[in-house]
Amino acid sequence: MWLLTLFCLIIGLFIGFQLPILLPVAMVKYMSIGVLAALDSVFGGIRAYMEDSFDNTIFISGFIVNSLLAAGFAYLGDRLGLELYLAAVVVFGVRLFQNLGIIRRYLLKKY
Amino acid sequence: MRNTSGKITIMAVCLIVGIMLSIQFRTSESYSTNFRGVRVDELAVKNSTLTQEKEALSKELISLREKLTNVSSDSQMNADLQEELRKSNMAAGLIPVHGPGIIVTLNDSPRSVQPGDDPNAGLVHDLDILNIVNDMRASGAEAICVNNERITAMSEIRCAGTTILVNWNKIAPPFVIKAIGNQQLLESGLSIRGGFLEGLKSAGLQTQLVRNDKIDIPAFTGALKFQFTSPIQSNKKAGV
Repeated sequence: MWLLTLFCLIIGLFIGFQLPILLPVAMVKYMSIGVLAALDSVFGGIRAYMEDSFDNTIFISGFIVNSLLAAGFAYLGDRLGLELYLAAVVVFGVRLFQNLGIIRRYLLKKY
Repeated sequence: MRNTSGKITIMAVCLIVGIMLSIQFRTSESYSTNFRGVRVDELAVKNSTLTQEKEALSKELISLREKLTNVSSDSQMNADLQEELRKSNMAAGLIPVHGPGIIVTLNDSPRSVQPGDDPNAGLVHDLDILNIVNDMRASGAEAICVNNERITAMSEIRCAGTTILVNWNKIAPPFVIKAIGNQQLLESGLSIRGGFLEGLKSAGLQTQLVRNDKIDIPAFTGALKFQFTSPIQSNKKAGV
């Protein structure tokens, strides 16, 4: 199962490197926040899956809404002259590490 | 039991995240190479080539001037003209000269800036050098150079950001101002009570005035071009 997930991630990376799409420079900052939010959602999903509390709707909606919200926050912060993206970076960073820690413990218990 | 649709969604989302990550990676990579690496490197290379070119050209200029003097010395016919040319060259600063004179050295104040101090107070400014040069001229200096930049009729001494430009070249402290002329006159003209040099000393700058019997002053190495000026064609001398 986890090998398959990793495999999907690698395929995604491969596709992305082959795609002839480059983001406009102004979008890079927002996209990076969006990617961070998406990563957080994925690890959150994996954790929920291991805790047997996984819900498809929550996962998908969380993935999309969190990414857009984070990018939107960064954009709003830029308009206001306030570095709001830092809030998103801190929150998602902390959650990422927490989720990874929990996943690690589950895996250690399992094997 | 764990649901299989959950697995599929996680995989699909992983795929999307992978694509997003790699696009982001490629974009930020191209962004950084465009604006950081290539541009700065390019500009640095351009800068160094232009500096080398400039040095080569100024060397060429000096050799051409030497050739010019050789050509005129070959013809023995008009010794008067040569004498005139020599004088004009000396006045224009186109040939290196030597003779007795004085050396004034200026440097920034050694005192470190305390909170509340004006950081400009302890620094040597373009106007300070300009005033010293002016005092030297007033005391009869025949040739002056600042950090080996010959002061000619067209030389500027001005502030450009944090540096001082003389003949469009940057100079840095300590500023060594050499003047050839009557040592007695120059020394008394500069160190006069209430004079400019004394003012600088009391402001805390490091100043030094010494006599020297053998001062070498280099030639002006810049380009001479008269784009707008042309001599008045007349049988009479101008101003007579």
